[in-house]
Amino acid sequence: MTGNHILASVFIHLFIAIFQLIAWRKTVTQRILSVGGALVGLIIAIVLFQQVYLHGTYTLNAANWAAPFGIVFAADLLSATMVLLTSIAGFAVSIFSSTGISRQRMLYGYFPIFHFLLMGLNGAFLTGDIFNLYVWFEVIIISSFVLMTLGGRKQQLEGAVKYMAMNILASMFFLTGIGILYGITGSLNMADLSTKIQEVENRSLVGITSVFFILGFGIKSAVFPLYFWLPSSYHTPPSAVAATFGGLLTKVGIYAMLRVNSLIFIPDDFTRKLLMTIAVLTILTGAFGALIKTSVRRLFSYLIVCHIGFMVGGIAMFTKVALIGTVFYLIHDIMVKTNMFLIAGLIRQLRGTMSMEKLGGLYREYPKISLLIAIVLFSLVGIPPLSGFWPKIYLFRESFSQHQYVYIAALITGSLATLYVIAKMWAEAFWKETPQGIAVEDQFAPLPVYRKILLVLPIGILGVVSVYIGINAETIIQVADRIANELIDTSSYIKAVLKN
Amino acid sequence: MRSIILQTATRYLLPILLLFSIFLLLRGHYYPGGGFVGGLVASIAFVLHSFTNGTDATMKLLGRKPLSLIPIGLGISAFSVILPLFFGLPPMTGLWVQEKFPLIGLIGSSLFFDIGVYLVVIGVVLTILFTISLTDD
Repeated sequence: MTGNHILASVFIHLFIAIFQLIAWRKTVTQRILSVGGALVGLIIAIVLFQQVYLHGTYTLNAANWAAPFGIVFAADLLSATMVLLTSIAGFAVSIFSSTGISRQRMLYGYFPIFHFLLMGLNGAFLTGDIFNLYVWFEVIIISSFVLMTLGGRKQQLEGAVKYMAMNILASMFFLTGIGILYGITGSLNMADLSTKIQEVENRSLVGITSVFFILGFGIKSAVFPLYFWLPSSYHTPPSAVAATFGGLLTKVGIYAMLRVNSLIFIPDDFTRKLLMTIAVLTILTGAFGALIKTSVRRLFSYLIVCHIGFMVGGIAMFTKVALIGTVFYLIHDIMVKTNMFLIAGLIRQLRGTMSMEKLGGLYREYPKISLLIAIVLFSLVGIPPLSGFWPKIYLFRESFSQHQYVYIAALITGSLATLYVIAKMWAEAFWKETPQGIAVEDQFAPLPVYRKILLVLPIGILGVVSVYIGINAETIIQVADRIANELIDTSSYIKAVLKN
Repeated sequence: MRSIILQTATRYLLPILLLFSIFLLLRGHYYPGGGFVGGLVASIAFVLHSFTNGTDATMKLLGRKPLSLIPIGLGISAFSVILPLFFGLPPMTGLWVQEKFPLIGLIGSSLFFDIGVYLVVIGVVLTILFTISLTDD
């Protein structure tokens, strides 16, 4: 179905950013624009999701050039879900940023860049053209470079150099892959590629090309052995920025893997084994890395790596049940990981530090906030009936029937390690008495009430969404089931894009 | 450094370069040229002016901070992108006025996209160069 409105969630963020640029250095106007605009974006995303859920895939031919010659944007259920999750996370981070970001950073254009980043994310999820996907990736990367370096502290620049070097490398691999793909098929439209790639006789060339894509997306989604840039850069920017990065940026890589693997390179035996090995090692290195970290944010960074492995494993199996698990985990992970970094930011506001040795006594002083955080931590660990629990059932079930016992072992190790580090963090930061001889600088208590609300509200919103995903798992599984069906049988997507 | 030759040359070059930049901007749809090149040529004109008369004089000539050109340009471009939506067409579709304008020729929404790019390029180049030259003072 043709729907000229599907890019609305891209344009809304573009126009917010432009109006914020006009209101340069007027931070109050920018904050209002950001929160209000993100709310409008959220409503647009909900409407889009509802339409796609009811009526099927919508497509848009940019500049009215018919597919496969022009650039096509397609909103199938996976894209619409990702746009919706991005908008929820973006709305929450936007509220948190209005108090959690220093005025100095706002003066140098934090908010416009943040909205350019959201625009890039929404564009990447909606495009149906592989080169256009690369362009949106560049929009995302450039915005994230600026967000990462904004403020210019020495530590930040060090993190940004690692981040930039690895991401440029990933873009190079991705671009090389696109080049070869265009060379052997003569098309860039993903739906068109899907049919043309099957006619290529030189299968080994196709296999090599798929490795380029795995490398490119692998670096972006931080899988073993290409993950090291993530823990060494995500603890440096302000927490609101880290929340956007941790929640959304690595998941763009997973989304792209899902898209490319379902449409273009249907995983063969070699790719499956490669992805499975990567998944197992990613889970293990992430889990072991998290075990030894004492800073809350570094710990969360390693947990991102660990849980990316869960999803890569699901993609490696590439059966319907495994994909239901992967998509459900993706939905759960975006909400929870964004929230984790917001929580890290809140802890910093409450205590002035994020090192677990210096933290303590949070439960005694802030029981209500601690309980809210506890719910989020529980859903991260996957205590039933919260959101982390359900996708793992599907992943376990499918890996049993596929006899992937190493992956099961890794899943168990990863889950136990997550449980252990979260329990340790809870004990250290919340239950333990405040350590002797450490001056607590509580920046939270003297804040006016409305600012306190602005800091806690986004965590509450995302927490409620997490609880909803957990309690109402039936609905989410229906959505994930339909997405998995569309990923296995792509004919409806191809038909919608090519209109034949 | 004050050079009488450069000053005299700039006085004549500034309008010529600006005219040339607009010429490049307008022919850009079918021939080499366009908003990006036009913007670069226009910003060279202002850079030349700032070399001879100092950055403050150029700022006075512009009347506004070059940074403020960026959102205006972006706005014009973005508006020309979404304009077809109001006519029930996909975004970025070229809309053309049927009648030819004297001198300019056919006018379409892509011209406004180019004008937006033109302004953004001037804004970006001048902001960068003025920021560098102002720290020298």
